[in-house]
Amino acid sequence: MILAAATLFERELLRFYRDRGRVIGAFLPPVLFWLLLGSGLGSSFRLPGTAGPVGFLQFFFAGTLMLIVLFTSVFATISIIEDRKEGFLQAVLVSPSSRLAVVLGKVAGASAVGFLQGLAFLLFVRQAGFSPSLSGWLVAALAMLLSSVGLTSLGFAIAWKSSSTQAFHAVMNLFLLPLWMLSGAVFPIQTAPPWLRLVMRINPVSYGIAAIQESLAPAQGIAGLPHLGASLAILTLMSAALAAFAALIASRE
Amino acid sequence: MSGSAAVSVRDLSFTYPAARKSPALLALSGVSFEAEKGKSLGLLGPNGSGKSTLFKILATAAHPGSGSISILGHDIVRERAAVRRSLGVVFQHPSLDLKLTVNENIRFQGRLYGLSGPALSRAVDAAVERFGLGSHANSAAETLSGGMRRRVELAKALLHGPEILILDEPTTGLDPAARREFWRHLQDLRSERSLTILTTTHLMDEAEALDRLAILDRGRLLALGTPAELKATVSGDVLTVESAEPQKLQALMLDKLGIKSRLIDAVLRVEQAQAHLLIPRIVESFPELAQAVHFSKPSLEDVFLGKTGRRFEIGKKEGMGP
Repeated sequence: MILAAATLFERELLRFYRDRGRVIGAFLPPVLFWLLLGSGLGSSFRLPGTAGPVGFLQFFFAGTLMLIVLFTSVFATISIIEDRKEGFLQAVLVSPSSRLAVVLGKVAGASAVGFLQGLAFLLFVRQAGFSPSLSGWLVAALAMLLSSVGLTSLGFAIAWKSSSTQAFHAVMNLFLLPLWMLSGAVFPIQTAPPWLRLVMRINPVSYGIAAIQESLAPAQGIAGLPHLGASLAILTLMSAALAAFAALIASRE
Repeated sequence: MSGSAAVSVRDLSFTYPAARKSPALLALSGVSFEAEKGKSLGLLGPNGSGKSTLFKILATAAHPGSGSISILGHDIVRERAAVRRSLGVVFQHPSLDLKLTVNENIRFQGRLYGLSGPALSRAVDAAVERFGLGSHANSAAETLSGGMRRRVELAKALLHGPEILILDEPTTGLDPAARREFWRHLQDLRSERSLTILTTTHLMDEAEALDRLAILDRGRLLALGTPAELKATVSGDVLTVESAEPQKLQALMLDKLGIKSRLIDAVLRVEQAQAHLLIPRIVESFPELAQAVHFSKPSLEDVFLGKTGRRFEIGKKEGMGP
């Protein structure tokens, strides 16, 4: 089973990095958003309850990271639909490899791609105005990895059930993008109206954003963020649950 | 014979459940047959005959509805893993990852079947050599011609050394030269080692070359036997008579000459021994009505026609179900 999963994992990485369009398509748009929105809103943005000045470029950094992870894992899981259409999947499904290995390989491969792309963006952390410690770096990377596994599993479950890539895009626009927007990625949770705040608290992506923000700037003391340990715990639980859900969806049928 | 049977299908039925716009569809009904070890068996039938459903079930891509199937003595449901290891599957739609190279495609397939390390390298090298893929081994699969891609499919399917190869219309979309080449590869393999081949086809010339045939129509098994045995079930030779007024000619031929015929797709068909002797009588008696008369030895098409009263090609258009 591990051999089969490792095979599909390797294939996912090969396919991604061989396709320059996908590498750029998943990386450049979020970075452009970050630069344009960050520069445009710039200092007119004030994060409530902060000691020092936090510009939008800095605030939006964690959101951009999450967007890269989201875009990459979404593009990667969409390939399940193509695999089905182009016929690659049929050969995998009649091989002795278990369904669990298929899910594991695909989700691990797509998460790894999302994680590595996010890691590349994390190199700009100083340009964004953060100066995290080594442990801050590591915790941010961990939060990103967990988010990546969660979002990829969710994408996988949706893609497995989608009949076409168009249908997947529709679900993604209706569901995955709002999930990102309402996570504290674009605007802080504490300035949102109460009903929205409730939605944002339920949204698992919020905890990914919170964990990244806190690990990069622990001293800033942004009010309204859940405790780092709690964020990571919730993130881990959610990712595990979503991965199990993806495995369940794929093993029926 | 079940001891030497590679594949044994007993009383298999399969129904596609009703969906939003289509009612439930009985795709296979009480199908039973056996495939002998080391021989080739063709599943012949028009689209909608149920042969693709049968393929899917045999390839373990779908669960059998009712009935039982054993493959080399293993039950297809209860011993799925063992069954899957003994099968090499070639799908009608290509299963290659076009973005990967030929070598990667073959290697990844081997790993899905549990091959690794030196054993995998040896198997991949042998397959590349065997199917003449050497000069393309490092090209992306999308750059290959249709015939070449099929060869890679075959190489993939046989990599883990399966005892049974099952194929679904494997030469679809290939030109005649590539089709011949594909079958030549299969025949060579058969002569090298004992390989049981099960293939679906709707091409008569492909079917002629197989050891045995199972003819399917509308989910039922119509006939089973060697091509020669099946053709022997057609009584005598076949005459087809074309006419602008076939019904009128049919009645006249029976009244005046005592020749029984069947009207199928506006063409009269006469099946009897020494049918060539009838040609001058028909042409002389009905110079106006009989526009063309063809004589032929019975073909597999005639076997199908004889059993169903429909032509093979017509059935193809009706297409009932997937």
